[in-house]
Amino acid sequence: MRFSEQFEQRFAEMLKHYPVKRSVLVPSLLYAQDEVGYLSDEVIAELAKRCDLTELEVRNVISYYSMLTTKPRGKYNVQVCTNICCMLRGADDIYGYVSKTLGIGHKGTTADGVFSLESVECIGACSWAPAMQVNYDFHENLTPEKIDRILEEYARKEEVGK
Amino acid sequence: MADLVSHKDEVKVISKRFGQGAANIDRYIELGGYAALKKALAMSSDDIINEVKASNLRGRGGAGFPTGMKWSFVPKQAPKPKYVLCNGDESEPGTCKDRLILEHDPHAVIEGVVIAGLSIGAKIGYIYIRGEYRYLSVIMQKAIADAYAKGFLGKNILGSGIDYDVFWHGGAGAYEVGEESALMESLEGKRGIPRIKPPFPAVVGLFGGPTIINNVETLAAVPPIINQGGQWYAELGAPKNGGTRLFCLSGHINNPGVFELPMGYNLLKMINDVGGGVWNNRKLKAVTPGGSSCPVISAEECDVPMDFDSLMKIGSMLGSGGVVVLDDRTCMVKYAQRIMRFYQHESCGWCIPCREGTDWLKKSLDRFHAGAGVRKDIDNIQYLSENMLGRTFCPLGDAAALPTISIVKKYREEFEAHLEGRPCPFEPEGAVRQLPVLAGAH
Repeated sequence: MRFSEQFEQRFAEMLKHYPVKRSVLVPSLLYAQDEVGYLSDEVIAELAKRCDLTELEVRNVISYYSMLTTKPRGKYNVQVCTNICCMLRGADDIYGYVSKTLGIGHKGTTADGVFSLESVECIGACSWAPAMQVNYDFHENLTPEKIDRILEEYARKEEVGK
Repeated sequence: MADLVSHKDEVKVISKRFGQGAANIDRYIELGGYAALKKALAMSSDDIINEVKASNLRGRGGAGFPTGMKWSFVPKQAPKPKYVLCNGDESEPGTCKDRLILEHDPHAVIEGVVIAGLSIGAKIGYIYIRGEYRYLSVIMQKAIADAYAKGFLGKNILGSGIDYDVFWHGGAGAYEVGEESALMESLEGKRGIPRIKPPFPAVVGLFGGPTIINNVETLAAVPPIINQGGQWYAELGAPKNGGTRLFCLSGHINNPGVFELPMGYNLLKMINDVGGGVWNNRKLKAVTPGGSSCPVISAEECDVPMDFDSLMKIGSMLGSGGVVVLDDRTCMVKYAQRIMRFYQHESCGWCIPCREGTDWLKKSLDRFHAGAGVRKDIDNIQYLSENMLGRTFCPLGDAAALPTISIVKKYREEFEAHLEGRPCPFEPEGAVRQLPVLAGAH
């Protein structure tokens, strides 16, 4: 299995950075997941082969890291922080609002496959709380109105992309 | 977005170049960047370490270990290659400062990594950035590439005859990986399970070789220390607590933000002057002074200098600089509950007291806040936390126990107010109370 040209170049370069092959595993899993959408059996088998590991060893690593998933997910994964600083500034209500707006709960995906939702731990936006990430993008100082605009924009991007 | 704020009391050392485009290498050099590296290349490794020792710089990640001392533990001769590992896994609730350093001054981190390497004889440095900080990884990868292009990294750096490589490494979501030995395990491509110590990383670290691991902010403080001297840095702060640090004000405060203040700055002044006071005209109830792992201090205890030793004296910690402010409408039971849910989620699962302890405590606190707690639960929550303390394989267990013990001890009456199915006194009127269905709770 081959990934994108960008992935392949990056992978080849990263191998030179460590004395041990398996060091590339965790960042590579995330880059592969970004491309394929989730860590499919095929991706896992491929990366295991490239790192001289068994598939079990790779799955063992995957299960530890919270950003990695072996299940398909929405194109845009909405990760609402509900940890203490965000909680103190209304994150529980923000999470509830996003959940109601999208019609899904924690680890759910909308029927059209556009959005997923997660309640996550601290994302490092404490002084700009309440905050969330959509994939890797940060969205901070959230209000329900801002959330409406943010979600509309991602939905629009998805429409345009079709 | 992660806006920058400022206050007249700030002493800008680390944040001097924030907001001025210093991620661009030419701008960084214009603003004085890489001068410290040039100076350090002409110093002996002992001189570098002594300068850092003189600065009284202590780890800014949370543990506050004296940086110069840590570097001096690396043996001069070692059969295996030595490494510098920059800990950019910032995940401690309340902490959002390394994010700003990585965004606004990534070259200062690179420069610190190289100088640290010169002091211990390492030829390779890794900058580990948490997976969620993808935009910062992109910035850092570009900064590293630019540093190579200009000869600050690679073979024969700045014509010194010394080779030095710096590589980015990315995480994929795990708080425990911020623990130095779990960080090494993660970089080696494994689950982030901590290692037994001794041996300490300075002797046996990455790939078995001597390794120093330092926080992003700690390393960013190294170039100014080399440029202006350890004594200068030490005098900015308090005795044995040199320099300044980035404080992240958050929670029930009027002006949340990241501010750079001298070590020893008074906490009440920080909340009222720098932070603009408690929001919504409410009263101060409690503060988490250095990230969620610290014992909570009550409003009465907040007249304290913010440095490592002063906070230790009152039974708390300076920690990661995450100052979380709680107003008088905060339910301390809910706060304790949310904290424990975090640690239960992040526990690596390796050792029994943490894996079982955080899980049991989370379930107890969930049940308790929902109104299904009984009196003996309060004692059990305290007892279990106290027995987890110091008995886990790594400090995550302590991090879960310390805030919990402080909250049960200082706010016991709030726990009692939740007993016998009474609604949470701080929940909004008319909130529906759902008592969770429990199996084998007692």
